[in-house]
Amino acid sequence: MEPFVRHRGKAAALPRQDVDTDQIIPKQFLRGLERTGLGASLFFDWRAQPGFELNDPATEGASILITGSNFGCGSSREHAVWALAEYGFRAIIAPSFADIFFANCCRNGVVPVQLRPAQVDTLMQRAQRATVGGGHGYEVVVDLAELSVSDDSGFTERFEFDAYRRELLLRGLDEIDRTLLEEPRIAEYERLHS
Amino acid sequence: MRVVAARTLFDRIWDAHVVQQLADGVALLYVDLHLVHEVTSPQAFAGLRAAGRSVRRPERTLATVDHNVPTGDRSLPIDDPVAARQLDALGTNAREFGIELFDLASPNQGIVHVIAPELGATQPGMLIVCGDSHTSTHGAFGAFALGLGTSEVEHVLATQCLVLAKPRNLEAHFTGVRATGVSAKDLILALIGRIGTAGAAGHVIEYTGDAIRALSMEERMTVCNMSIEAGARAGMIAPDETTFDYLSGRPRAPAGAAWDRAVARWRALRADAGASYDTRVTIDASSVGPQVTWGTHPGMVADITGRVPNPADLPTDHERRAAARALEYMGLTPGTPLEGIPIDRVFVGSCTNARIEDLRAAASIVRGLHVAPRVRAMVVPGSQRVKREAEREGLDRVFREAGFEWRNAGCSMCLGMNADVLGVGERCAATSNRNFEGRQGRGGRTHLMSPTMAAAAAIAGQLVDVRAWRRAEVA
Repeated sequence: MEPFVRHRGKAAALPRQDVDTDQIIPKQFLRGLERTGLGASLFFDWRAQPGFELNDPATEGASILITGSNFGCGSSREHAVWALAEYGFRAIIAPSFADIFFANCCRNGVVPVQLRPAQVDTLMQRAQRATVGGGHGYEVVVDLAELSVSDDSGFTERFEFDAYRRELLLRGLDEIDRTLLEEPRIAEYERLHS
Repeated sequence: MRVVAARTLFDRIWDAHVVQQLADGVALLYVDLHLVHEVTSPQAFAGLRAAGRSVRRPERTLATVDHNVPTGDRSLPIDDPVAARQLDALGTNAREFGIELFDLASPNQGIVHVIAPELGATQPGMLIVCGDSHTSTHGAFGAFALGLGTSEVEHVLATQCLVLAKPRNLEAHFTGVRATGVSAKDLILALIGRIGTAGAAGHVIEYTGDAIRALSMEERMTVCNMSIEAGARAGMIAPDETTFDYLSGRPRAPAGAAWDRAVARWRALRADAGASYDTRVTIDASSVGPQVTWGTHPGMVADITGRVPNPADLPTDHERRAAARALEYMGLTPGTPLEGIPIDRVFVGSCTNARIEDLRAAASIVRGLHVAPRVRAMVVPGSQRVKREAEREGLDRVFREAGFEWRNAGCSMCLGMNADVLGVGERCAATSNRNFEGRQGRGGRTHLMSPTMAAAAAIAGQLVDVRAWRRAEVA
């Protein structure tokens, strides 16, 4: 996994709540055997609709998604995160995330940042304003080492992140390797419980 | 003297599975049973292969094919090469890594959350995982059962362990007695309608109360199955005589002296007196009517006697916009009575409602009647065992004579990965668990409801209140 320490990138706003993983990547794209080839199908059905937020050329090249609460709800499909990552997203900022989706992000070097709703609204409005009339877009910095989100217009907020997971992300560690360090404990548990 | 804090059922199961505390609130947990299916596992096995790893405990791992499988004639070759490739991959992986697989030819094949309980593999006190969000189903037995992504599936295959931050406790307390015509599905939909699709996020729900105790095992599975639709990490019900009666004599359940020891252990699986929950919700089951969803997530739900809501009446701007979008997608107008909305399709199936009791309930409604003209209705049993039992009871004839298609087991039109899908604009009465946009087919419109409500809708050609409809039939 690619380490995530600090990322500066263009932010795209998706002002919708309860975006489920069926929308992020519909079922017809779950039929493969690979983790790759999904980016082009991100939000497949919505992209066919005029007015879908990510169809705006001003969001092209965005690597930070700012969205509504309960993002990634529904199906456990990790394909949703694979698609977001391949499309180019390195971080997602929302008031809340669905639990399984949150866990899947962390295993793929995509950082799910939880901020208060008012703060997310502020970022979302700035991102939306920056794309009006062919604007060049709006850049945000997500700093996992400092646990902060900031922009060039004075926005700066701290966020919380589980220390164990943060360490794996900062160092880009393979979680299985990390767990296998506990092998004696696992074997002991099995001995006691067999 | 050491003071031990009163623990919830979930606390108790959690504590029993901690291999190692990794950080504050984060533990390495031991997995008792890992269920595997064809769609979320190929990348995990590929990862093992690439790293030269093996499956640590293949005997604690059980695989089946369900998401992608055709539900038509099984004597014919699979005509979908992409699906066939995924099914073949699971066959190869199971052989290579020594995992038991119930493939398309197996008499035990079926939806993973139907077959593990019916085989008795799902047992109280276990930690059960699967790369599928509806793994919460198994919590009906007093197990901690949760859905995982593929990377976590790979982690469990390699280590038999799971890294997890401990969720909080939520008690959903159902008092009173259900009215006739009201099912377990209505109870869980009413809860989701109350607390919302993120209402239990970060929590494990423990379902308690007289109305829960009164449920059969299959009804408890329906309730726990949809815990994820309230955002919960898992849902569970403390085991009792109903649980033990269900498990007794099942192929994978303990037998003889081992059974007695197991039951003695299982009886201790309950919350201590005075255990505290982080959140509590109480619902009077006697006040719940048959539920029908009107929108594009399971929290957009109302009593069948209600009307399509007016987005303008909702409290927040976010909710107003979400409801307006949902109504546009669903092709519904605010104020329309839910009863009387015409439907095109009916789907009786899924890990939520395709067990034998569900099929009996639906059959009792359609017996001697016929599906309305223009309506296409199908029954997809949850497993081949359920299918055989239904056929032994003659339910297949009841459905066929009423004009339903009678299929083989699989996830089918719950998520439409196989050929069973809705067309654009088609409106479906479904016993499944998700009414997301496009879930059952691009442009398809899903109304979630109980098996009896879906069966009645098939006959009437429109959404009906099964309570009133039954009275009308009798008269």
